[in-house]
Amino acid sequence: MSTPQIHLETLPRSIQLVMVLGFAALAAFPFVGSDFYTAMVVRMMILAILAMSLDLLQGVTGLVSLGHAAYFGLAGYVLAFVTPQNEAISLYTSLPLAVGGAALAALVIGFLVVRTHGIYFIMVTMAFAQMIFYIFFDNKALGGSDGLFLNFRPDAGVMDLDNKRVFYYFTLGCLLAVYVFLRRLLWSPFGRALSGIRVNEHRMRALGFNTFSHKLAAFTLAGALAGLAGYLWAAQTGFVNPELMGFHMSAHAIMMVILGGMGNFAGAILGAFSFEYLLHVFKDLPEVGSFKTGKHWQMWMGLFIVALVIFAPKGILGLINRAFGSKTAKDVRHD
Amino acid sequence: MTDRQILLSANGLTKRFGGLAAVNEVSLDLWLGLIHAVIGPNGAGKSTLANLLSGDLPPTSGSVTLGPNNITGWTPEKISRRGLGRSYQKTNIFSTFTVWDNVRLSAQSRAQPSPFNPLGWWQAAASMQAVNQRAERAIELAGLQDRRQAQAGATSHGEQRQLEIAMTLATEPKVLLLDEPLAGMGQAEAERMVQLLLRLKNEHAILLVEHDMDAVFTLADHLTVMVNGQVIASDTPVAVRADAAVQAAYLGEEAVEAH
Repeated sequence: MSTPQIHLETLPRSIQLVMVLGFAALAAFPFVGSDFYTAMVVRMMILAILAMSLDLLQGVTGLVSLGHAAYFGLAGYVLAFVTPQNEAISLYTSLPLAVGGAALAALVIGFLVVRTHGIYFIMVTMAFAQMIFYIFFDNKALGGSDGLFLNFRPDAGVMDLDNKRVFYYFTLGCLLAVYVFLRRLLWSPFGRALSGIRVNEHRMRALGFNTFSHKLAAFTLAGALAGLAGYLWAAQTGFVNPELMGFHMSAHAIMMVILGGMGNFAGAILGAFSFEYLLHVFKDLPEVGSFKTGKHWQMWMGLFIVALVIFAPKGILGLINRAFGSKTAKDVRHD
Repeated sequence: MTDRQILLSANGLTKRFGGLAAVNEVSLDLWLGLIHAVIGPNGAGKSTLANLLSGDLPPTSGSVTLGPNNITGWTPEKISRRGLGRSYQKTNIFSTFTVWDNVRLSAQSRAQPSPFNPLGWWQAAASMQAVNQRAERAIELAGLQDRRQAQAGATSHGEQRQLEIAMTLATEPKVLLLDEPLAGMGQAEAERMVQLLLRLKNEHAILLVEHDMDAVFTLADHLTVMVNGQVIASDTPVAVRADAAVQAAYLGEEAVEAH
């Protein structure tokens, strides 16, 4: 019943513990996991950054963007464009370029879309993302439908990102930094105002908040952080294609946030990891007779999400919280 | 009354919805230190008038002046920042937040860093001392000290009305537009609200839209009666009570209903 419980903004002890253990497990993973799984965990961490950036809009501000992958993909393309054929480009120039490019695109598109509300916001964010998708898809000069290869990972000076383990820890560092930053932001005057906009935008305006510029700032920041994820993705895989900014990517990001639990960033991380893991499991399902169950992974995922939304509307985070019989929930009932 | 400072004045305000003039050529002044009550039957255009003054609706014609500024057509947030506070007839709060968070967030609006300033992303909102003090003052004025940690949506109707006032006061406005603050309150709660408004009036210019006639005649220094979007009388409460047109159009009906 309490305020923070609605979105678990205040993380209960049990979930804080899960997060600490989770980060510890991530730090140890490269020493126990195979190369295959280590690479998979890197992808999970990158998608977790994307999911957190979307959660800033979806869970915190109440803006459901169905085109968030556009900024993820754009930053990846920026890295692909600025990486020369024969040598690596410095991380310290390419990262600000990619993140800045994604932020600029989000600023311009946000300027147009954050005026709209509800279903219209969903539609226009999707429309802009589709436009960007087709600009890249239809132009050979931009790589066309095949996409672009990156011959070199960015050069980060003392850090050798070509080393799998170094890249892993670099990504983990980014994940941790974004998480701490967003958790901090949630309780800042900016974060509190975004939360107020989600609950009652009309009252926020009557109180003197310029909700337009708050939503625009959130949209831009979310675009920039999605850009960070896209940059890491391109560097990790050495390849970008229009799918990165496509509708499916955007929809998956939304599902990750819902799956984990909205509005607190911890849920977005759990959601991204669970989503990718389930994807892996569902795609590997065995053949039953002549029925290739693995081929229908989208259906299993769909059923799973439906079941989750019905039985655990607050996502995995809500389930954990319930399982541990959170103390905070009981305390609050007394007032 | 003429010696008092006028903080807000409306001139010839009109709002048409299609062919219907919900508010028709309304002019009124709000003076510092006085409560100006607006009464009228349902559909008289009182809430629309409040919406025109607060910027929630743009007028079809006419103008509104707040202090030195012509605020006609300004957005609600800009008008709010120039010192106008508004409470709503239909409770308009952050129902999933605690009472304290509602009021604290309201107070924060007066110290809000630019949303594009990254420094504002890192500071903890709860440790903004000036904001906390402003919120604390508003909570105490509205009498909600014991309800700080209650979830706003789960409090009683009367408490939500108090919270409306607390949120409005937390922005430290000079002009208060109170849209039926007593609606649905019990007698004791209403009495407390009346006392609060009497305390507030010295330092504010207050527009009070209200149905409770006892409260109106206790509180109002000036009374405007609206019927069908138009002002049919605007004078001291004593003079308005004696006005034949008002008795016919409004007070008479009330009196008949009461008996």
